[in-house]
Amino acid sequence: MSTKIYVPCDSSAVSLGADRVATAIALEANKRGIEIELIRNGSRGLYWLEPLVEVQTSKGRVAYGPVQTPDVVSLFDANFITGEAHALSLGLTEEIEYLKKQQRLTFARIGKTNPVSLSDYLDNDGYRGLINALKLPQADIVKAVTDSGLRGRGGAAFPTGIKWNTVLNTPSEQKYIICNADEGDSGTFSDRMVMEGDPFVLIEGMTIAGLAVNATQGYIYLRIEYPHAFEVLNSAIDTAYKEGYLGENIQGSGKAFHLEVRLGAGAYVCGEETSLMESLEGKRGLVRFKPPLPAIKGLFGQPTVVNNVISLASVPIILDKGGDYYRDFGMGRSRGTLPIQLAGNIKHAGLVESAFGLTLRELLYDFGGGSASGRPIRAVQVGGPLGSYMPESQFDTPLDYEAFAAIWAVLGHGGIVVFDDTVDMAEMAKYSMEFCAIESCGKCTPCRIGSTRGYEVMDDIINRRDLDKNIPLLRDLCDTLLNGSLCALGGMTPYPVLSALNHFPEDFGIDAKAGA
Amino acid sequence: MTESVTTHAVVQEITNSLKHKPGALLPILHGVQDALGYIPAESIPEIAKALSLSRAEVHGVVSFYHYFRETPPGKHTIQLCRAESCQSMGGKKLEDYIKTKLGIDFHETTADGKFSLEPVYCLGNCACSPAMQIGKDIYGRVSTNSFDATIVELGESA
Repeated sequence: MSTKIYVPCDSSAVSLGADRVATAIALEANKRGIEIELIRNGSRGLYWLEPLVEVQTSKGRVAYGPVQTPDVVSLFDANFITGEAHALSLGLTEEIEYLKKQQRLTFARIGKTNPVSLSDYLDNDGYRGLINALKLPQADIVKAVTDSGLRGRGGAAFPTGIKWNTVLNTPSEQKYIICNADEGDSGTFSDRMVMEGDPFVLIEGMTIAGLAVNATQGYIYLRIEYPHAFEVLNSAIDTAYKEGYLGENIQGSGKAFHLEVRLGAGAYVCGEETSLMESLEGKRGLVRFKPPLPAIKGLFGQPTVVNNVISLASVPIILDKGGDYYRDFGMGRSRGTLPIQLAGNIKHAGLVESAFGLTLRELLYDFGGGSASGRPIRAVQVGGPLGSYMPESQFDTPLDYEAFAAIWAVLGHGGIVVFDDTVDMAEMAKYSMEFCAIESCGKCTPCRIGSTRGYEVMDDIINRRDLDKNIPLLRDLCDTLLNGSLCALGGMTPYPVLSALNHFPEDFGIDAKAGA
Repeated sequence: MTESVTTHAVVQEITNSLKHKPGALLPILHGVQDALGYIPAESIPEIAKALSLSRAEVHGVVSFYHYFRETPPGKHTIQLCRAESCQSMGGKKLEDYIKTKLGIDFHETTADGKFSLEPVYCLGNCACSPAMQIGKDIYGRVSTNSFDATIVELGESA
């Protein structure tokens, strides 16, 4: 019998040489006359160990990593295909502590299966949620999602069930489901991992959403920076159509749902839902005024559900195991699990899915193992480029939407970017203003002009020009952005800027007292 | 066939095959850029006509999105991530090195036409920072040495 060997096809694993390793393993096996079945799985999300090669043994899957092409011959010499020891042995994959300590609901399959194999998906609890949903009245599907306590995982944390209910109750001939896959936040990659590692779970989630609110057309708005995800999604969508999981008659139910992937074109602001819809309509990605809410008047003026990848990918397990099951994870009003992404200057960078409630410190040190450089961690930015910089004194904050809001920080999409003590926080604040200026859609004045002005003021501050004048000016400008911007891009750029100023005033040339 | 005749044929074919889609403009522009490497100025009136838009509207969309370009790129387009995660792992130093090595700034193409350099704000490879993408190939934990090796591997010496 041929041995199953897994080498991830996830783009981060590929960025570290996984394709070359897969080729080398296939060649070496062939040379030695050993029969293997090479499977390209998703990534387990243990990126410091990628490329992580796994071998199916009688005891379970055994892992080796990080494997580079020169290691392949010695792996065969050590007889890794029966799970024997090697310098890169990591033991049974499921027993690796980083993975074992997690609670993987949304990511349950990722890394275990071949992402584009529908049979793998079905063999691992796939489409059970849809089968349940097909038997339920629409209001009951929405109720299950409402009961689960699921809140928008894109960052805004709006209750998903309430959004769906609004669309369900807005009569229209045509409604739409949009998956916001414009994952532009630095330090985040969980959407990418889902799309590359388990595309059917997103397709299933969107199909359930369509059934729930009576929408027959879905769009995945995917960022152009994710070409691998584009290929994987299209392959899975083709299969889903062929096997009757998409189309006019889903699994013989007589109900229809169509799905298409549309590519963005490098505009960060298109992750904002109204800008995204403008883009889908073929226009400049200018932010719309709200109201009307997209749930009432969205894409092409029709009622539209816009949800993030992780929100939609969490729906199948909710419909499979029930809203209560999902809600029993978490703390306070943050229910279920959050896929947290440890990124930047951290030793064990990767994906940690766990119930809400872990503290930053647990994530940074117990999971993350401290900084990659070995220097002290000075600051972390949580929630993407519009999230606050947090100092060591805030590392005991639990991951919970309200706990973060209480200290003027944001959990956002769950990305954590780590900086060691070589970081210059004034430079980071300047970069935040620059980023806002580059990405502003230009519709509202505070964002369009304030960001450029903010960049100039930060330049003055960094060059220690007129601090007495420029620090109050920066605060005043941030106040205008915060209160006068149309969307979160201008409205939240003050979070990284002011948090850097408040927590690290010494980098701005002022003492702690003056900065407070 | 002259270059402009080829461009005309390509644009017409792409436009005709996609213009019936709802919100067809971005798919058409992607199609044109995939085929030609950029959106030639002479394609804009044709696209506008097919979609019953003004030339200004089409130009406005092309110019809004960072990814769409109005000039031909080099043989290889290097997208280098500038975002926070890559900065935390020495991205700025790498950026300076690459600019010096290639002798170009962002949005420029080397004189020999081999490389274009574009900034990108996150490739989703933040667990392996700093990151870059060349075409559809993604690279993680890029160092000055691995950058040099990549350039050589591409069969080019920068």
